[in-house]
Amino acid sequence: MPAVTQIRSRTVALPATNIDTDQIIPARFLTATSKAGFGKHLFADWRYDADGNPKPDFALNKPDAKGAAILVAGRNIGCGSSREHAPWALQDFGFAAVISTEFADIFRTNCLKNGLLPVLLDEKTHAWLLANPNIEVTIDVASTTLTLPDGTQVKFPLEGFAKYCLLNGVDELGFLLSKNEAIAAYERAHR
Amino acid sequence: MFEKVWENHVVVPETADTPAVLFIDLHLTHEVTTPQAYTELRSRGLRLRRPDLTLATMDHSTPTRTEQVFGGVPIAVDSAAKQVQQLEINAQEFGVELFNLQDSRRGIVHIIGPELGLTQPGKTIVCGDSHTSTHGAFGALAFGIGTTEVGHVLATQCLLQRKPKTFAINVVNQLPAGVTAKDLILAIIGKIGVSGGTGYVLEYRGPAIEAMSMDERMTICNMSIEAGARAGMIAPDATTFEYLRNTPRAPKGADWDAAVARWSKLPTDPGAKFDREIDIDAATLVPMVTYGTHPGMVAPVTGHVPSSGDAVFEKALQYMGLAAGQIISEVPVQNVFVGSCTNGRLSDLRKAAGVLRGHKLAAGVKMLVVPGSQAVKRAAEAEGLDQVFKSAGAEWRESGCSMCLGMNGDLVPAGHYSVSTSNRNFEGRQGKGARTLLASPETAAASAIRGRVTDPREFV
Repeated sequence: MPAVTQIRSRTVALPATNIDTDQIIPARFLTATSKAGFGKHLFADWRYDADGNPKPDFALNKPDAKGAAILVAGRNIGCGSSREHAPWALQDFGFAAVISTEFADIFRTNCLKNGLLPVLLDEKTHAWLLANPNIEVTIDVASTTLTLPDGTQVKFPLEGFAKYCLLNGVDELGFLLSKNEAIAAYERAHR
Repeated sequence: MFEKVWENHVVVPETADTPAVLFIDLHLTHEVTTPQAYTELRSRGLRLRRPDLTLATMDHSTPTRTEQVFGGVPIAVDSAAKQVQQLEINAQEFGVELFNLQDSRRGIVHIIGPELGLTQPGKTIVCGDSHTSTHGAFGALAFGIGTTEVGHVLATQCLLQRKPKTFAINVVNQLPAGVTAKDLILAIIGKIGVSGGTGYVLEYRGPAIEAMSMDERMTICNMSIEAGARAGMIAPDATTFEYLRNTPRAPKGADWDAAVARWSKLPTDPGAKFDREIDIDAATLVPMVTYGTHPGMVAPVTGHVPSSGDAVFEKALQYMGLAAGQIISEVPVQNVFVGSCTNGRLSDLRKAAGVLRGHKLAAGVKMLVVPGSQAVKRAAEAEGLDQVFKSAGAEWRESGCSMCLGMNGDLVPAGHYSVSTSNRNFEGRQGKGARTLLASPETAAASAIRGRVTDPREFV
């Protein structure tokens, strides 16, 4: 996993609350057996019309969304299905961070496992970001701060271990494999 | 109870800097959320640590038409056929026991675990599927994981986890006649909201829960994730032990007695503190049905669509083609689905058939009945339930997830109302533009007869 230290980008806002992973990537696209290429199906049913043409009024289809790496979503993003295809699709589309006031548990875990940064913000800052899309912000992992265009810095929570993994590009499987002796001891004791 | 199961599985305790290493007793797997995990293992030259604790089945993208399952007619969706083949290759290469498409033990992953007796009190159980919470009905700690974590468990039989908080749902009094476990869990989600359980393990307790069968308890725990909770648990008791006693993979003889003694110590100690608690009075409930695009948008079948000034709420009603104030029992129905890991067990089919017996589907209604497993299918056929469904005009299929998420091509047409016994009414869940109303098997069957959302108590 590549290290994630700082993300400086414009934002795209999707104010809908409770965005479930079925919206992020509908089930009909889950039959793939690799992680690549889900970006074109990201938010497929919101993004394209019945003929498969992009809907011009959908946030991700607007010209200023091009190149934006930060998604600002309404409260409780990622509820529902455990499909890791959701963060894969967001990353493949170009997102490096997702901002909300609430993240569903499994989605948040899946994001962190892939280096897609979940940024949990207070309601006031979040509301401001939703109301002011397409502005450039800077997210710094080491200091766990988000910096607004006027220089205001806002802290966000990030567990120490997750932060360490992001900053160093460490993947957790390596860490688990290093616990082999402890696992073997547990197995012997619980045979 | 949660604390006891957690403590029993800690390999390395959590610290301020690192999460706990938690041992997993049972890893259930299926074709959709595993291929990329096996690719990862291959690329690192890793083997499966505990094939004896791993089981694979096919359920999500598999066909339900008999001729496609057994008759050699190819699976209609090419990529689904490839995914199914890939699971066969992976299971063979890594030495995983697999119930393939034609296996008589195959079924939805959360139906077959309990059926086989692999789901047991006190176990830690994971699967790359959010409805793994189902297995908590036995007093197991069971939760859904993503594909990266599937890889972790395949390679190490462990997961890195922070300890969640606990949330007691005290269900006082008993459910009135004609009100089901599905109605209760929908009411609970309506009360605490779709993110009310985030960060918690739920424990359902109280007289109404104790009176439930295992099938009903599974319906309850299954939908814990729809309240945002990764896991839901119910204390094991005589009902649990009776269910497991003669299952193929439950302990036998002296091992059984030892297991029951161990399991009997799992329930939460009197006076134990939960991080959060709420009370629900079962006696006040009526059959429930969802009207919106998440499971928390739920109302009594006897009620009307509520109103709200919220733009997201209005957008949901617009998608559903419903208006605030509309009487729920006047919503027309074109599609009915009975099945899924929520309500695809034998007792669910019995209840739907009980309402449907001697009736025909209303004109214009299409009904699909999909047993949760091949074992459920055989048992239902032995009782003649398939004949009840077929005589009414419904289709009777092979087992699988089917129309719950429509991955296999079993879809609800755009704009159609679908009364479904499944667990999610998200936009497009049952097909692009499909309008899903979640309900119990009884409500689904009653609605199929009338061609509109119907209170099943009219058929008692």
